Amino acid sequence: MSIRLVTVALVLLAVVISHLFPWLKTPVIFSLCNGLAVLGVIVLIRAGQVSFGHAMYSCVAGYAVVFLARAYDLDGLLLIGIATSVATLFSALLGLFIVRYRGIFFGMLNLAFSMVLYSIISKFTTVTGGTDGLSFMRPRFGGLVLERDAFETMLLYVALAAALFCGILAQRYFDSAPGQALAALKTNETRLEYLGISAKHVFWMGYLFSGFLAGLGGSLFAIAQGLVTPEMGYWVRSGEFVFIAILGGSGHAIGAYLGAFIFEFVRFYAAALLTGAWQLVLGSVLIFIIFMAPMGLVGILMRRRKPIRKKY
Amino acid sequence: MTTEMFLLATLDGLSAAALLFMVALGLTLIFGVMGILNVAHGSLYAIGGYAAATFGLGIDKFGLSPALYLPALFVAAILVGPLLGITLELGLLRRILGKDHVLQLLVTFAAFMILEDVQRLVWGTQPYFVSYVMTQFGNTEVLGIAYTNYQMIVLPVVAAVAYYILRYFLTKTWLGREVIAITFHREVATAMGVNAKLVSLLTFIIGATLGALGGALASPSTSLMLGVGADMIVQSFAVIAIAGLGQLGGAALAACLIGLSRSFAVYLMPELAVLTPYLIMMLVLLVRPQGLFAVTSMRRV
Repeated sequence: MSIRLVTVALVLLAVVISHLFPWLKTPVIFSLCNGLAVLGVIVLIRAGQVSFGHAMYSCVAGYAVVFLARAYDLDGLLLIGIATSVATLFSALLGLFIVRYRGIFFGMLNLAFSMVLYSIISKFTTVTGGTDGLSFMRPRFGGLVLERDAFETMLLYVALAAALFCGILAQRYFDSAPGQALAALKTNETRLEYLGISAKHVFWMGYLFSGFLAGLGGSLFAIAQGLVTPEMGYWVRSGEFVFIAILGGSGHAIGAYLGAFIFEFVRFYAAALLTGAWQLVLGSVLIFIIFMAPMGLVGILMRRRKPIRKKY
Repeated sequence: MTTEMFLLATLDGLSAAALLFMVALGLTLIFGVMGILNVAHGSLYAIGGYAAATFGLGIDKFGLSPALYLPALFVAAILVGPLLGITLELGLLRRILGKDHVLQLLVTFAAFMILEDVQRLVWGTQPYFVSYVMTQFGNTEVLGIAYTNYQMIVLPVVAAVAYYILRYFLTKTWLGREVIAITFHREVATAMGVNAKLVSLLTFIIGATLGALGGALASPSTSLMLGVGADMIVQSFAVIAIAGLGQLGGAALAACLIGLSRSFAVYLMPELAVLTPYLIMMLVLLVRPQGLFAVTSMRRV
């Protein structure tokens, strides 16, 4: 019940804030985009795996948007659709290889792939614009040619709708048979296989879904920013996604957005005060959450009974 | 590729491999005993290096005997390793032993982030390059090229000595055997009367000191700057992943593989140099997911 309340409050907050304070519209859009990518990370965390390279799917989608927007005169919605499909396809392909690994190997292989992609993008300056990135003209959106302000408002509602839709989709997925099997990957993979369910296939589906979410977030982010840089796929970004996922908690999809909002606004206001010590703050907060509230903010919302602690 | 370049790349690669091997030894030792991949190990490398550079500069500034340059490297490692090692083990790792693997990894990752900023606050962002030791040892001409004795002889010798001491410790001493027992099965070892907590702490200190030593010994021949810790943790993870977790001898070969391929890439395809550890790791894991030298382990249902 409280989850539903928080969702409504969050949606209202996002709409009200961006209409009362127009300069906050972009941070709201960015936190929705981050929230989508974080939801992707949460899908994997439910399987007991953590990816240190998931920003790569956002990055792939971002570059897909740029290349398409620069080459063809496409509608914004179409750009998002195609770029997300590209990222999903990419995760489906990489997933074939990556889902064979668990634990640190899984995390580090994702990191490895994301670093390879990051280096390729930064090095091939002629095609990708190197570390300066590539910018593109504001595309038409839903068939309309919009001014900057109207465009951002439009984007805000699209992002909001996408976030809501994906949140519900993710919850449906978590409750479905494949979603439950995914969670069983964390508790006991061998027993899952004894039930006649292919752990690899289950995990591949989850990986694909998480790639889709990260891609959707990335393509929205690219369109909102009008500029794509390799930083989008750097490991620091992936680390932030994981951080937000832990902050928000993986118990419910809403955790991703809750965490992303808090993260974005703390950064918006505090980063200037804390230049040079930002990572120190993030690290300390991360440790604090893990020890004090391992279920994240969602855990505090959903507090029902204490989970049974695993002991050695 | 000329003969000189080939030789240079080989020597560069071997000296890099020696350093990499020491850091990876520490990492794999800690993983074996605690079952946690300590991401903050990269910070130990960086801080060990910075401390050694600071000592070097201090010796120079106060006009102390130049004979102190080399011992100062070891002193730096012996100070940084136990100091940070004890703090990390008692403050963090000990408390997360039974927790979820994801959380364990994230705690050490958080420690890494904190230590990264600590380096920035203490040593600033400018690169450090303190090469007194290297110039002290001079150069030798090998087949037409001059190469520093420090990189060619001192580093590989120290790495080899570290390896043999560690192997002697693990196979021949009582404490070392307790370490192996815990690596094999913590619970059973505890039931047999091994003080797992104490042994874990000691192992962590040894591992941390090896990491710091790698950094301290690297400081004369490489310039230290922000991000060396992140680079090192990836490379040393690649080494232990290629070798198979817990394979000490295999780690030596894997370190050579990574060190050499990286230095050859620097001469042949500089763009790919940063990528070589990732690429090799991906290729090896594609063919042998357990690593090249790992023995098959039991599945626990």
